Amino acid sequence: MLMNERSLRGSPADPAQKAPRRKGKAGVRPLESVMQMIFFLCGFIAIAFVLVITIYLIISGLPAIREIGLVEFLFGQEWASTAKEPKFGILPMILTSVYGTAGAIVIGVPIGFLMAVFLSKVAPRRMANLIRPVVDLLAGIPSIVYGLVGLMVLVPLIRETFNTAAGESLLAAIVVLAIMILPSIISVSETALNAVPKEYEEASLALGATDIETYFRVSAPAAKSGIAAAVVLGVGRAIGEAMAIMMVAGNVANMPDLLSSVRFLTTGIAVELAYSSGLQRQALFSIGLVLFLFIMCINVILNVFLKRDKED
Amino acid sequence: MANIKKNPQEPGSTVQGLSASRKVYNVGLRALIYIAAGLVVALLVFLLGYILYRGLPNLSWQFLTAEESVLKDIQGIGPAILNTLYVILATLIVVLPLGVGSAIYLTEYATNRRLVAAIEFATETLAGIPSIIYALVGVLVFAESLRLGKTLIAGAFTLVIMVLPTVIRTTQESLKTVPQSYREGSLGLGSGKWHMIRTVVLPSSIDGIVTGCILAIGRIVGESAVLLYTVGMSMQMQDFFRNGLESFFSASGSTLSVALYVYAKVRADFDLAFSVAVVLIVITLVINLAASLAGKKLKKS
Repeated sequence: MLMNERSLRGSPADPAQKAPRRKGKAGVRPLESVMQMIFFLCGFIAIAFVLVITIYLIISGLPAIREIGLVEFLFGQEWASTAKEPKFGILPMILTSVYGTAGAIVIGVPIGFLMAVFLSKVAPRRMANLIRPVVDLLAGIPSIVYGLVGLMVLVPLIRETFNTAAGESLLAAIVVLAIMILPSIISVSETALNAVPKEYEEASLALGATDIETYFRVSAPAAKSGIAAAVVLGVGRAIGEAMAIMMVAGNVANMPDLLSSVRFLTTGIAVELAYSSGLQRQALFSIGLVLFLFIMCINVILNVFLKRDKED
Repeated sequence: MANIKKNPQEPGSTVQGLSASRKVYNVGLRALIYIAAGLVVALLVFLLGYILYRGLPNLSWQFLTAEESVLKDIQGIGPAILNTLYVILATLIVVLPLGVGSAIYLTEYATNRRLVAAIEFATETLAGIPSIIYALVGVLVFAESLRLGKTLIAGAFTLVIMVLPTVIRTTQESLKTVPQSYREGSLGLGSGKWHMIRTVVLPSSIDGIVTGCILAIGRIVGESAVLLYTVGMSMQMQDFFRNGLESFFSASGSTLSVALYVYAKVRADFDLAFSVAVVLIVITLVINLAASLAGKKLKKS
């Protein structure tokens, strides 16, 4: 095809070829229209993938819900997929996911935000430049490594501190999640804080506010949509994490309690995906569908915040 | 340290002469900032230090290169490293044309704003979907519907969907930085759109594409859920050179992060798991450095 184009362009002296070239691209340069078609198709690939994922999840997730019953599935308090009379209630998992995510946010966001203020405003520049790459490194470390460290450090610690039989608990999962969302909260809020116009802060200082008052009453409110985006991003990461918490949460589908072994929506899929079959397997896809809906809501919220940020 | 970055003599940094409540506010919040910073830094140091402390002693050349063997009493992650490379290669070969093409369409061809918004929303959505959903989709679509089974190729295809947003976004960002005058110059000299893209736009945004690749590699290396269910946990060496390339389509095996999972959760061999963690951290470090280098170049141009 390259040859085609070259031969077309090869002899500029030839008037017979030069003349039609001005008329329109499509007729003379087949390659141009072919490439445009190819790029057009590439452009739609993301939409196609989203559609495929949605359709597949709905098709494979609905049968089990229909068989079990929507109310029974969503609000049933017992998950016993391999029992003789199997029960498929995912309320424990939904609540665990919600509590776990909320816990991670409650711990992670204040620390992450204060750290962002530190890096963006308080710390000497050299120090900030030293810490930032390490935070980035933390963001890039595979989630399974966090799970491993949690399993080896946090789980024994919880077992000994609270004198429980097993340290694998919701608490361990919350701490691991909080640590995992820290880097993204720090870097997104720091970017938002850095983008606050210098004049705002200068005006506040000139009016007699102290530096701390300026950071929290002027800079932070001015960066609030960016910080909100950081929080939503953290929610998304926390609710979607599977492998790390699979290693520290114990994976028994209890109703959530801080020190008991729990199962999240994500780990509910992950634990049984390898060996399940029949209705049990279909129920996993239904869990996937529920999780997918959760995530879609979060995405829409995130998009609203980001859009507002852009408009500002 | 108690001062504003730019101007140390700023009057705002002192609390003398303030009312009591303002004093409390200032001192309290400043203390909180330092406590949070101290916590995070301590956490960083502890995490890295602990992983290195547990993982480094077992790390040897043999562990990195050998295939494990019960008979010879050898532990090795050679196959896992190779599998990681295969998956990265296979994924990039597919995702690069798709992602770059998509970005080109969005920045160079698309004229309908709503369509662009829809495509960008789809890209954001893909970026937000958690990996366990991708694992489900990989099992459903590639392993079962397309009958690829638990193979490296099924894993690679699933990862293509997962890293596509990363490639699209970084490429798009760098395409946007190519000055409009370049395009006008090229078109004004009589070249067609594709010729203009091929000779002017793409070469000047190559850094962005490279950054996209690096970030994609980072996600692939760190991914465990998808690969655990679509590629499997075998720790055996693949031999494509003897069995031919078509064996790639039937080969399955664990990548590095799956190997970590196998060591930690299946075999309870935690020291080796930490050694794999050290390898993963070193790879992450290299990827981050490479990405920031490419990013810096991008900014310069």
